[in-house]
Amino acid sequence: MTTETVTVRPPLWRDVRVLKWLFQFAVFAVVAAIVLWLYGNYQLNSRRSGVATSFGFLNNPANFTIPENSMAQLAPVRRALVEGFLNTLRVSLVGIALATVLGILVGIGRLSSNWLVRRLSAVYVEGFRNIPLAILLIFVYFGVVLQGMPAIGEAWTPAGLFVFSNRGIGVPWFQGGTGLQLAATVLAAVLAWWLVSRWRKRVFDRTGNPSRAGLYGSIVFLAIVVAGWFALGFSVSLPEVVGRQVRGGIRVDPAYMALLIALVLYTASHIAEITRGSIQAVPRGQEEAATAVALSPFQRLWNVVLPQAMRIAIPPLGNQYLNLIKNSSLGAGISYFELTMVTRIAVANGSPAIPAFTVALGVYLVISLVTSAAVNLANRRFRLVER
Amino acid sequence: MTATTRPVRTTTPAQWLRKNLFRTPLDSVLTLILAPLSLYALYLAARFVFVTGRWEIVEVNLKLLMVGNWPIDHMARISVTLVAFGFLGGIVAGLVHARQVRRGTASVLNMSRRERILDLARRFGLILFTVLLLLALTSTWGPTITAVGVVVAGVAGRVVGGILGRLHLPKPVAIVLVLLMLSTPFLLYFYLVDAVPLARWEGFWFNLSSAAAGIILCFPLGVLIAIGRRSKLPLIRGMSTIYVELVRGVPFFVLLLMAHVALEFFVPASIAPSRPVRAIVVFTIFTAAYLAEIVRGGLQSVPRGQEEAARAVGLSPFSVMSRIVLPQALRNVIPAQIGQFISLFKDTVLAGLAMSIFDMAQVASAITQQSAFRGQGLIVETLTFTAFLFWVGAYTMSRESQRLERKLGVGTR
Repeated sequence: MTTETVTVRPPLWRDVRVLKWLFQFAVFAVVAAIVLWLYGNYQLNSRRSGVATSFGFLNNPANFTIPENSMAQLAPVRRALVEGFLNTLRVSLVGIALATVLGILVGIGRLSSNWLVRRLSAVYVEGFRNIPLAILLIFVYFGVVLQGMPAIGEAWTPAGLFVFSNRGIGVPWFQGGTGLQLAATVLAAVLAWWLVSRWRKRVFDRTGNPSRAGLYGSIVFLAIVVAGWFALGFSVSLPEVVGRQVRGGIRVDPAYMALLIALVLYTASHIAEITRGSIQAVPRGQEEAATAVALSPFQRLWNVVLPQAMRIAIPPLGNQYLNLIKNSSLGAGISYFELTMVTRIAVANGSPAIPAFTVALGVYLVISLVTSAAVNLANRRFRLVER
Repeated sequence: MTATTRPVRTTTPAQWLRKNLFRTPLDSVLTLILAPLSLYALYLAARFVFVTGRWEIVEVNLKLLMVGNWPIDHMARISVTLVAFGFLGGIVAGLVHARQVRRGTASVLNMSRRERILDLARRFGLILFTVLLLLALTSTWGPTITAVGVVVAGVAGRVVGGILGRLHLPKPVAIVLVLLMLSTPFLLYFYLVDAVPLARWEGFWFNLSSAAAGIILCFPLGVLIAIGRRSKLPLIRGMSTIYVELVRGVPFFVLLLMAHVALEFFVPASIAPSRPVRAIVVFTIFTAAYLAEIVRGGLQSVPRGQEEAARAVGLSPFSVMSRIVLPQALRNVIPAQIGQFISLFKDTVLAGLAMSIFDMAQVASAITQQSAFRGQGLIVETLTFTAFLFWVGAYTMSRESQRLERKLGVGTR
């Protein structure tokens, strides 16, 4: 006797597979209808008010200049947007570096054995985490940088190295070569440092002699920087007050300074919490074992606890970096010419609003995607590989 | 010696200093450097607050900072709203307490009366202090009467909520009561807009109310998108993912700027959205994406067995989600949701900056241009005051959410 399997297909209107797709298409149709409605309104309203919807405005002359920048007034809008993007990077990268250092220090401070350090770190974190960044920024710009700094006539020049005034801050800088040459020199020095310390570590592994990787590395690093300095003919240019301007050195724009300070203070308070949480997430046995083999408190932190904590901290840290980059758009609130400010000015000068802002949003989106890809890569690279 | 006496450890001040400030050489050095510095900073801060700070600009403009140009004749409507919310808050607290008592998880039951008062003072002392400070700066009786009203309404609501929670109400009555509570914010909105159009909501009142509006409106959208992202249906999952990633990848401030100059292009010309409406639209769109990610985390935290069991007893997919999975998911991520709402509350300042809405921060900069105060650098005072109010709100909320997190983490399930 044979059993026959008979598959009876339900009618179409009761078939789950069909219903699922019908449901999906229904939802999709609703969403598409909303999007099309918005887009249709946009086309209609643009035509009615004679606003362009194409990206042709990118080639029009910008008709504005950017402070601290040599861009000509008649340069195309796309050039201005690129300069704005570079300014965004300028404040974001420096901000990320400083916020990381400050945040990690404060985060370690919150777990210090010193009561005073612990209290101060807690006050810092709770203070800055719970106030709006915009208020902090306006406060730093108007209250501290513009009002708190001395006027240019009575600028504060500690040791003749720096100039502090509300028209800008002067910092010593090199002169006599291009930025590219300097960057190449520093890069070569860093590479040499890395190679030397790797070689020393291998010597230590083979022979057991003290590796002293940091010492050897720093010597090589310094040697290369000094050699490059003289070979390429660099010299130091000190800032000074000439008339009502800061000359020489490198001049830091007040708006840049304010944005940087606000971003760093705000983001560091978040990074400090991440650091604290990550350090607490490292099993206690790690530190106890490090104590048992007689490592010094610094060695315990630097060689045992912190590397493991940072591994845990990578994903949330990446989120904070992204926030910092996105928050740098607040520079538009204090006229720092980063991407958002440039877009805003371009729109005020006759570029069509929606295409212009779409370009800006697209750039931010790409920055976000690239950053999160980098964070994911780092996370995969440093993740704990278990058995 | 009885078994219950605990050894009493007494620490002399010298021992405390040695243990907490001079334990190691490094600690001693840090203490010696930081102690004078922090004392000096404390001295500067105290001098600014009590001596050099010129707070009369805040005192004169307190109404502008709080409610902007809200007409004096209609101030009573704000008072009524606040009292109503005090009552609602009291009812919710009472219901939660009654539920905890029923389940035996109420921590306050183990406390003496004195401990309970201390606990309340620790939790809400800062708010109380701030309210008293604000009342001290006012010169009319209205605000004081309102504050007293809110407290009385809150206590009354707590009592009513406690009673309601103990009663076993028939289901239709309970549903009507819940609907009534849920519709109260909307009724109050119409009551307020009837007198003063939304476009004229200013000051701290704008920050508070637009944050509340954004929170209420983003919630359904955020939950739907979170469910969409976990769906097995590819088209729906794709659309939800695109929405979340697009919105999370761009800065809030740029969206606000764009809405300010371009939102009217996307709607028929007959609708001309006012600036607060534009701001609230952006708040909703933006916060929904972040909320969706939080709720998605909550959905993932619910064990699969819950869903499987619910399906096994024959619940429909809709009931499985709305009665079994979603309530647990939302409860698991309450602290993260509060965190998101804190950041929306803080970000309302950006709407002021981007759209020239006179929110509290914009008022704080504008009043320094009044003829009596111009050119005296008083923005330090006004912004400090503004930042302090935001700080009190955000800090109290974050403390409460940490407390909730601890409570939820105890594991009562």
